[in-house]
Amino acid sequence: MRPLKIIVLAKQVPDTRHVGPDAMKPDGTVNRGKLSTVFNPDDLHALELALNIKDRIPGTTVTILTMGPPKAADIIREGYYRGVDNGIMISDRRFGGADTLATSYTLVQGIKKLAPYDLVLGGRQAIDGDTAQVGPQCADKLQIPQVTYVEEILEIKDDEIIARRRLEKGVETVSAPYPCLMTVHGSSPKCRSRHAKNVMKYKYARSKTELRSADEMLLSLHEKRQYLTIPEWSVEDIEADITKIGLAGSPTKVKSVESIVLTASEAKILTSSDIDIEGMIKELIEHHTIG
Amino acid sequence: MKSVMVYCEVENQMVADISQELLSAGKRLAQKLGCPLDAMVFGSSLNGIESQIAPFGVDRLFIGNSMRLEPYRTLPHAALASKILKDEDPQIVLFGATSVGRDLAPRLASVLNCGLTADCTILDIGDHFVKKEKKEYKDLLYAIRPAFGGSIMANIINWDMHPQMATVREGVMKKEIFDEHYSTEVIEVDVNSILKEEDFVVNIIERHIQKSGVNLKDAPIIVSGGYGVGSKENFDHLIELAKLLGGEVGGSRAAVDAGYIDHDRQIGQTGTTVRPKLYIAAGISGAIQHTAGMQDASMIISINNDPEAPINKIADYVINGDVGVVIPKMIEFYKKNAK
Repeated sequence: MRPLKIIVLAKQVPDTRHVGPDAMKPDGTVNRGKLSTVFNPDDLHALELALNIKDRIPGTTVTILTMGPPKAADIIREGYYRGVDNGIMISDRRFGGADTLATSYTLVQGIKKLAPYDLVLGGRQAIDGDTAQVGPQCADKLQIPQVTYVEEILEIKDDEIIARRRLEKGVETVSAPYPCLMTVHGSSPKCRSRHAKNVMKYKYARSKTELRSADEMLLSLHEKRQYLTIPEWSVEDIEADITKIGLAGSPTKVKSVESIVLTASEAKILTSSDIDIEGMIKELIEHHTIG
Repeated sequence: MKSVMVYCEVENQMVADISQELLSAGKRLAQKLGCPLDAMVFGSSLNGIESQIAPFGVDRLFIGNSMRLEPYRTLPHAALASKILKDEDPQIVLFGATSVGRDLAPRLASVLNCGLTADCTILDIGDHFVKKEKKEYKDLLYAIRPAFGGSIMANIINWDMHPQMATVREGVMKKEIFDEHYSTEVIEVDVNSILKEEDFVVNIIERHIQKSGVNLKDAPIIVSGGYGVGSKENFDHLIELAKLLGGEVGGSRAAVDAGYIDHDRQIGQTGTTVRPKLYIAAGISGAIQHTAGMQDASMIISINNDPEAPINKIADYVINGDVGVVIPKMIEFYKKNAK
């Protein structure tokens, strides 16, 4: 089997699984500063799928691509620690405020710069939006087939790849030709842990932005070992159309936001009286807990 | 006036529940807008399928009928849908937030370069003033959805890149027949002239779909019963409430052991671990083996005769009372107050 060239799309996300009482501002908007960031869980599954193919077919290369603020360099380092060959950031203030359509356009501009490739992998969805849209949107813009909700790669052939998909009520095995895009389901194997050797090798990997505040030692290290410098692509680097990125390129806008986080409080103690039960039902409907 | 369009899912000549819910939701939007409701359905052996769709008040139904359209594959369905959407130019398009809808809709949003809001739980029509343009946009789709792990509800709008598309969660929209005898114009889509060979490069080799799978893990609402429910008959009320709320029924180990409910619905350490938006624990004392499987629920309601039941410590609402009394009341008051 010939080696494959794989691109993994990964996102740094606020850790919405651990939303504390201070995660919401009094006006009901999200207090991003109070949420820690994590490697999007489904994207870690996609990374494992890619690394597993690399284990099976020597010579396969895995490139991790992320779009985000300077802090998203964490994602690239994490990728290196677990075994990717290359990491690239797409980072520019002008990309900010993008919805899924603008995000997929931006990622695709980056993917095109990395062509040719055999596989583009990403998590099924990101926990900050749970939309599961960016994968299929990228596939359309690249004009390649998509295979969503992949749980396992069953066979890798020269001209096609066979995968099992996890659907709501069952499973489906499909074959797809290269190049194709796959989104990876959380039921696939967990990502391997960091490899100590890789951590040693890449712990000083820094993006250009991060190097601006680096000391002499780090700068000279990057001069000697250029693989430590994480490329950071701007709007110009990926030749992006400014009208298709960021807020301007995003058709969906948030009109209003309503907090439904109940402040941690004592349980409400009710009786089985009509007044109590109807009151509770009304509250649940009002808070959109039930529809 | 531009229509509201619904993409209907069909398998084995049956229109999916979610699609019936969407048709009802679409009809309500169309009535507010004073516009027609259109629908599209692609599959095989669909002769007569309009009889299942027309009663929801569908004005025009686009049918793509071919052996090659079932089971669902992304590319042929996307090719047909994008052709229809480009030709008909609807103002709103709705899809189920299912493994099909969530696969298809984003691909179409990219083809049409339009906005798509995922997993909506409320749809409405309203206006929006865009300050920058000093312009009021009338009759926009309010696509309202939970975000940030369910801690906020966001109202998402799209005023300039139409159609306005949304996927809608299963079980949240009320299904209602509009008119048993509604007359629908059927439009056969010329499948063969639209589809190309390259739309069929992905092949389905094998498929295993459960007819009526228990899906506790993804259920937003779970009504769960324990030994305290008392009888299999009392459990029927739990099933009714779950169905009404668009949720699933679960049970504690004691309820399974007592034969009140099937083993595949057991929640807890030895059963399924769930994280629903709402967990209603009826007659469940709350042994650690059970709470380990449900304590991450966003909201917990405990109904128990015993005010000291351990589960009450992690509950948001504690109802001291009989399950047999409280659950029927919840059903009654939900029916009375739900919109």
